Amino acid sequence: MILTDAEQAMLDGAEGPAKQKAMDLLVRYAEALGADRFVDTSNVAGVPGSSSLFVHNYFKARGDASYEAIFSLFDLDADEVVPVPRMRANSCHLQGGMDPVLWREQGMSEEALDHQMQDEAELERHGVKVLKTCTPYLAGNTPRFGDHCAWMESSAVVYCNSVIGARTNTEGRESTSAAMLTGKIPDWGFHQDDFRRGTHHIEVEVPVDSVFDWGMLGYFIGGEVQENIPVVTGHLSSPGVIRHKHFGAAAASSGGVELYHMVGITPEAPSLDAAFGGRRPVQALRYGEAERRATYEALNSNGTSTDVDYVMLGCPHAALEQIEEAARLLEGKRISANSNLWIFTSRLIRIQADAKGLTRILQDAGALVMTDTCSAIAQSIPKGTRVVALDSAKQAHYLPAIMGIEAWFGTTQNCIDAALTGRWTGALS
Amino acid sequence: MSVEAVAEKTIVLRGRKVVGGVAEGEALVTRDTISGWGGIHAQTGTVIETRHELRGVSFKDKILVFPGAKGSSGWSVAFHTARLAGAAPKAMVFTTMTTKIALGAVVMHCPSVTDLDQDPLALIETGDWVKVDGDRGIVEVTKRSG
Repeated sequence: MILTDAEQAMLDGAEGPAKQKAMDLLVRYAEALGADRFVDTSNVAGVPGSSSLFVHNYFKARGDASYEAIFSLFDLDADEVVPVPRMRANSCHLQGGMDPVLWREQGMSEEALDHQMQDEAELERHGVKVLKTCTPYLAGNTPRFGDHCAWMESSAVVYCNSVIGARTNTEGRESTSAAMLTGKIPDWGFHQDDFRRGTHHIEVEVPVDSVFDWGMLGYFIGGEVQENIPVVTGHLSSPGVIRHKHFGAAAASSGGVELYHMVGITPEAPSLDAAFGGRRPVQALRYGEAERRATYEALNSNGTSTDVDYVMLGCPHAALEQIEEAARLLEGKRISANSNLWIFTSRLIRIQADAKGLTRILQDAGALVMTDTCSAIAQSIPKGTRVVALDSAKQAHYLPAIMGIEAWFGTTQNCIDAALTGRWTGALS
Repeated sequence: MSVEAVAEKTIVLRGRKVVGGVAEGEALVTRDTISGWGGIHAQTGTVIETRHELRGVSFKDKILVFPGAKGSSGWSVAFHTARLAGAAPKAMVFTTMTTKIALGAVVMHCPSVTDLDQDPLALIETGDWVKVDGDRGIVEVTKRSG
């Protein structure tokens, strides 16, 4: 590898043992990738130092499960515990394991809460923003076009690359923790122009003009192109933040899409030719009425009973406008005694929802607004849930498998109706 | 590209070091990519993904031969946890490089090789005896039986 003098000095320990261990890990990672240099990054999103119960108990049994021990031995993959200084890069923590207020409703223990609160104090002490969301771009961390980032979370990675035009690979916990300390990440993959060109062309032949339809289109495309880079043209209307959020999350779930281009919409696709970088597409696909119906049916293949006992909204974490929409649909009404409605969002959006009186409207209707996590990450659903209704293709992909429940996928209106009546009546129009 | 026979029924593939070290053992081969978080049970090294051809099978102490990683950015944590639990593969041979598998191989301390001169998925079968020399980028395959 070619290291700058400053990088070599860090690797030699000139900036202390933690940065030395972090550089050692990053060099091993870069060599594994086949990268020959680093890029500077000042925008890192990860989950530094937080750990599963198994990992926590593993280190506890070996004598030290402190934040510094887990950060050193697990995050930095070091052979000894080192003092961990403040992070160098602008760093944020993505989603966590439970709501800090509604943890009882989520079935969490007081011990687990204490554990999370201690980790959170450590994050603050090390200069990490406690955003606790899968949507950092809606909650206090929006990179600029062209910025080199080091992000985890597939739905955030695809948004960062595609919608903002910043540059990140799908990083992991260990690489983001090391990048927070050093401000370095291997110059490989999506950091390089050549890697960002489209591979597959998808022509959209039916109108795609709702969050619901954008989610289905993303789910279809991910399944078709897998980890490749789709270039989308055709009937795409009003490409707002929320639609991109649902499209990208779905494409990163059914496939491994980390970057997409939409001609005339996303910043690296002013034209079809620019999106492909002058190359010919590997494959051309169409999305018509038949593809739309097949996608809807695939997303609803886990539902048999129409008795819905749980409705989950907010995957990826709800934007303020989505909470507003739910509040408008529920104002003055009461959800069914047989059903529960949980809406997940970030702490920042929750504060805005509180200030606008939306949280109160939702609570009065019997719904709960939760932060930090979601049903899939926390593996938490209301007790006794057998059938869930979802407006997120990503969540419909994961939640039935993770929790062993039935699931329906539809519009936000379908989901709210299910919460009000306890019955699923969604259908493809 | 010719198959180099160093002994009867032994095949040698040459590639690139991902992680150094030498390990040998029985091959476990799949043409499916593997998900980490949500795709494996880390404590036992068992594949849990529905519709995966290795569903219910553990890669613990095997030489895992596969296309590579897919899924959540929690891939490295899942495989890192498998190492702590003693359930990691002994070595990995794979064909598609991604950040997920590169980081996962590093934190598993797992001898790993990629960019091979022949297709390991075509030449290696489950049950073959495989020696992976990560430092030299060499994979030696002894076919199970004649």
